[in-house]
Amino acid sequence: MKTLTGAQMMCEALLAEGVDVMFGYPGGAIMPFYHALPEYPQLRHILVRHEQAAGHAAEGYARTSGKVGVCVATSGPGATNLVTAIADAMMDSVPIVAITGQVVTSLIGKDGFQETDVTGITQPITKHNYLVTDVRDLPRVFKEAFHIARTGRPGPVLIDVAKDVQNARGMFEYPESVDLPGYKPNYEGNRRQIKEAANLLNQAKKPLIMAGHGILLGHASVELREFAEKTGIPVITTLLGISCIPEDHPLSLGMPGMHGWVHVNRAIQECDVLFTIGARFDDRVTGKLDTFARNAKIIHVDIDPAEVGKNVITAVPIVGDAKRVLENLTEIVNANEHSEWLNHIREIQATRSKRQRDPESGMFTPHHVYAEFTQIMQGEFRVCTDVGQHQMWAAQLIEYMKPHTHITSGGLGTMGFALPAAMGVQVACPNEEVWAIAGDGGFQMNLQELATVVQESLPLKICIINNGYLGMVRQWQELFHERRYSATPMWSPDFIKLADAYGIPGLRVERPEDVAEAIHQARATNGPFLIEFVVEREVNVYPMVAPGASISDMFEDPNEVEIEDVVAVK
Amino acid sequence: MFAMKHTLVALLRDQPGVLNRSVSLFRRRGFNIESLTVGHTETPGISRMTLVVDGDTTSVEQVIKQLYKLIDVLKVSDVSQDPNVTRDLLLVKVYAPPAKRSELMQLADIFGAKIVDVVPDAMMIELSGSPEQLDRFVDLIRPFGIRELVRTGCVAMTRGASTVSGPYQNQEFRAA
Repeated sequence: MKTLTGAQMMCEALLAEGVDVMFGYPGGAIMPFYHALPEYPQLRHILVRHEQAAGHAAEGYARTSGKVGVCVATSGPGATNLVTAIADAMMDSVPIVAITGQVVTSLIGKDGFQETDVTGITQPITKHNYLVTDVRDLPRVFKEAFHIARTGRPGPVLIDVAKDVQNARGMFEYPESVDLPGYKPNYEGNRRQIKEAANLLNQAKKPLIMAGHGILLGHASVELREFAEKTGIPVITTLLGISCIPEDHPLSLGMPGMHGWVHVNRAIQECDVLFTIGARFDDRVTGKLDTFARNAKIIHVDIDPAEVGKNVITAVPIVGDAKRVLENLTEIVNANEHSEWLNHIREIQATRSKRQRDPESGMFTPHHVYAEFTQIMQGEFRVCTDVGQHQMWAAQLIEYMKPHTHITSGGLGTMGFALPAAMGVQVACPNEEVWAIAGDGGFQMNLQELATVVQESLPLKICIINNGYLGMVRQWQELFHERRYSATPMWSPDFIKLADAYGIPGLRVERPEDVAEAIHQARATNGPFLIEFVVEREVNVYPMVAPGASISDMFEDPNEVEIEDVVAVK
Repeated sequence: MFAMKHTLVALLRDQPGVLNRSVSLFRRRGFNIESLTVGHTETPGISRMTLVVDGDTTSVEQVIKQLYKLIDVLKVSDVSQDPNVTRDLLLVKVYAPPAKRSELMQLADIFGAKIVDVVPDAMMIELSGSPEQLDRFVDLIRPFGIRELVRTGCVAMTRGASTVSGPYQNQEFRAA
């Protein structure tokens, strides 16, 4: 056993947990940790320009690599700047460990300089959190924190370490196991319930699989495909489930919900068994709850018991790990085909193709960008999107072929997510092509990270869909607020000059015929590249379910449905 | 589904902030708590919380599941359906001029309450019992003039030899 400072213990613990990179920003209360860091060259530290970006980068890293992402900040403002990213990770079940410095023990509770009660602040948005006031607790707390973050339903864990604890010396022995009698995630689904689910699926005439983030978090893509192929059941993927099945797979139907496809929402309303795995029936998916999947018996597989029965009534609840439950189910379920049912859905789909609004009229719509993107990239990319219209288009229009290639902020809907998250993705996959796609609004929420991209030589490609508005808000104003465009028109700087100031080459594209060339040029550039697509200003995302309406009531174009009707169903 | 009162018993590890975590969970999830008490148990390192919540079966199930998500919550049982003993403690200060004193003392006697303080025009009475018993007593003495009243909220224990804390009784729990 060796005697170490608390700060050294923190580094040793990170090494023991297999951490090789972290995203952070130093400050007073975390300085002892930063003092120790150079003694551990195996721990790569990436200096961000804002702590929120450190959190999102850790998320991007975790969402792609399947490992725990780590971010570091100082006390007070450093810690509170992490809050948005922690909440984002909580909503999307992303395993991150956030380490914050805290004022010295004797100042805690005395409103010391840069003191905030960050464990109090983050209590509702962490899976668990710790305030460490005794150096002897450090090894145990780190062991527990990583264990809690990565097991069961993953999530963010925060460790707040008082500055004097980082300086104190103690014996370091890293525990081999955790002792948490109140925390025992259940991985094996109940056998009887699995059998019941199999029976229900065997008898179903119009079954449907709804796959969510749990498939990706549980690394169950292969198992999902095997199950779907054996049973012949079509698969729909929630926003966060996108990329868990190749989108050109004959059984893959696309996304449900507010901006899901008509045929997908129709399938939900018509199906007799809805087999949901690793998804939590978010209101953006279900619309008006009491009309959702009203003809279906619902089977719900989730690792978190509290998700089962939270929003919808389930016929068969199964608490367990997506991968294991799917394996068990595939073994016992009958091989089947549902060609009639599938053809029926495909027929609906055929009458409602992916809508490209009036392409012949010479408009430059974002649809052109996404179409070219999919065409050129051939599935070899990872995309991080921000939040808003461009996010929904990226979900609808780009085709994703491999798991973990679509990274987005689903639950919290955090603007400013794309650029910092893409940094994390690029760090996790240094040799792959990573694209951050943002709107003009979201990009300006964390654009300072361009500096980090350059300092760390991250070769990521940045794409801004610029329509001069906070597009999604403007769309709602158009549809539900009498076209009163209150505070949504948005001026932006010259993004190409801005990129240039950071040393990043860029191109502005204003015509559909220049899209392909720009994408090719970005790909050919060794290092980061920024493209600004200046698109038609008032294009809406369709199809759409009005907020609070039933997913049976979709509208595809305002010209097809009177706006008054849409407002009436709210 | 109709709403009814549910008595829940939860065992918690004695860690800093565990009570705050539980209470803030109810606030955040919008559950209505009628009473909540926490105290030590026979096992050092384990606290016991008794909760009375008002809600239909589904929402009470959600309360239990959400509580289980807290790392320091070891066990949660809904004891409402089991034969159990539920006790609430009441201290009440009543306006009691000498002329009314004997009447009050008689009432206290019937309920098995104790007079714990007497001054010329007031009296403090202590009573423990089921919440319904306490309600009845309060109704009866209300006409005398209640100056101050405090109740602890419920604690509950199931009848019979089996225990809620069973599996955790002989374990050692790390002090915080």
